[in-house]
Amino acid sequence: MAGAGSLRRIWALVYRHLALYRRSWPRLLDFAYGPVLQLLIWGFTARFLAGHGGAFAGVAGLLIAGVLLWEAALASQLGFSVSFLEEIWSRNLGHLLVSPLRPWELIAALIVMSVLRLLAGMMPAILLAFLLYAFDIFALGPVVLLLYANLAMMGWWVALGVVAFILRHGAGAEGLVWTVMFGLTPLSAVFYPVSALPAGLRPFAWALPSAHVFEGLRAAMLGGGNGARDLAFAFGLNLAWLLAMALLFRRELNAARHGGALVSLGE
Amino acid sequence: MAAIRVEGLSKRYGRVTAVAGISFTVAAGEIVALLGGNGAGKTTTLAMLLGLVLPSAGRIEILGHDMARDRFAALARMNFASPYVALPARLSVAENLRVYGHLYGVAGLERRIRELAGELDLLAFLDRPAGTLSAGQKTRLALAKALINRPAVLLLDEPTASLDPDTADRLRTWLAAYRAASGCAILLASHNMTEVERLCDETLILRRGVIVARGSPAALRARFGRETLEDVFLAVARADG
Repeated sequence: MAGAGSLRRIWALVYRHLALYRRSWPRLLDFAYGPVLQLLIWGFTARFLAGHGGAFAGVAGLLIAGVLLWEAALASQLGFSVSFLEEIWSRNLGHLLVSPLRPWELIAALIVMSVLRLLAGMMPAILLAFLLYAFDIFALGPVVLLLYANLAMMGWWVALGVVAFILRHGAGAEGLVWTVMFGLTPLSAVFYPVSALPAGLRPFAWALPSAHVFEGLRAAMLGGGNGARDLAFAFGLNLAWLLAMALLFRRELNAARHGGALVSLGE
Repeated sequence: MAAIRVEGLSKRYGRVTAVAGISFTVAAGEIVALLGGNGAGKTTTLAMLLGLVLPSAGRIEILGHDMARDRFAALARMNFASPYVALPARLSVAENLRVYGHLYGVAGLERRIRELAGELDLLAFLDRPAGTLSAGQKTRLALAKALINRPAVLLLDEPTASLDPDTADRLRTWLAAYRAASGCAILLASHNMTEVERLCDETLILRRGVIVARGSPAALRARFGRETLEDVFLAVARADG
């Protein structure tokens, strides 16, 4: 249970990032750029396919919904890990790590920033999907919030793993922040069912919460149920991955303190 | 009770020994200097005192708290400034101090920020982004950050590096006055011998991770038969063995 001191320290870091974004509109623009760009590409593709009628007509909504959900996972992961990188870039991490800020409070603050980035980044794309393609993601009902929550959680543990990797290997590993989620896209079955993957890859896909989320999405959209079982699987997997990555983060932070890596991180 | 108590502190990185079994204490109200050439072990020692680097052996106690088991209780009552660890450049002076004020749980934060800004001549710059300040202003901001929680233990890494003589002199005067008024224990790593002679009660000279000489600046001058602390430092640094 977080005490008042913990909440105050978490707020200190959130305030630090809000103050940064208030003074840097290019960073704010960057939040929405990726989701909007992807929506335009896949939205026009969907419209083109729908124009051919037949079997294609049914997949248009799935493509747009897939983009609007998968981009949320990306935004969540970027919101967490870029906020951490901001401390390295500004050479401020040392000050934070010798303050009374506990490691779990640092993680909590990064999660808050991840949620804020997700909201700020996805709202324009969701609005644009409605205006350009008459697609309303919220028409799916309350289940859409559970889909988003699961993908946000996935973004957190992926980011935690990336941050642990940066603690071990230094800022030279920061490129992973922008690429690691793309590597998971084929296995996440965003635009096709897991059964479309080669048999050897399916176990890896099922180990990812995102594959269950998108199976649940297809079930909800194509009338094959409400996706409750898929979402429950996704939630369980997210908890397991979060725990595993939190342990990895703790181990790498301790290794960095043993090896003196925190003194020179970012150089 | 010593504000800082270090016993048999060592740090090894593989086969390299950065700090080799040093022991010292800093009492409340005392200013102690850590002197040494590059690679002597000053930064590693400071990093271990701050909990940023874990010792290979030895014990650190700050304000009665064992840093291996209870470091957050100590960290809340200490602080640190270094020209090599920056503050976020895009945040204003006031925003930076607000962030650290919240992190250290400072009561009456806005009043404390104005008080420090007044004392360190930063009032006119409170709304300026930290990145646009001059070197002297940045150093004063770093010191304001380090004093935001009225620390009982202050660690300073080359506090006047890159400052012009006038600004450096003002800062030393201010530090001496602060120590006298607050009873804060200050451990200061520096290459500036004038600064050490003027400010410090005790000097520890490190070479290859070992304390090779210690005493007040006057006692060291007398012991080594030199006119200045810089001559003492050179004699120690260049000694064989």
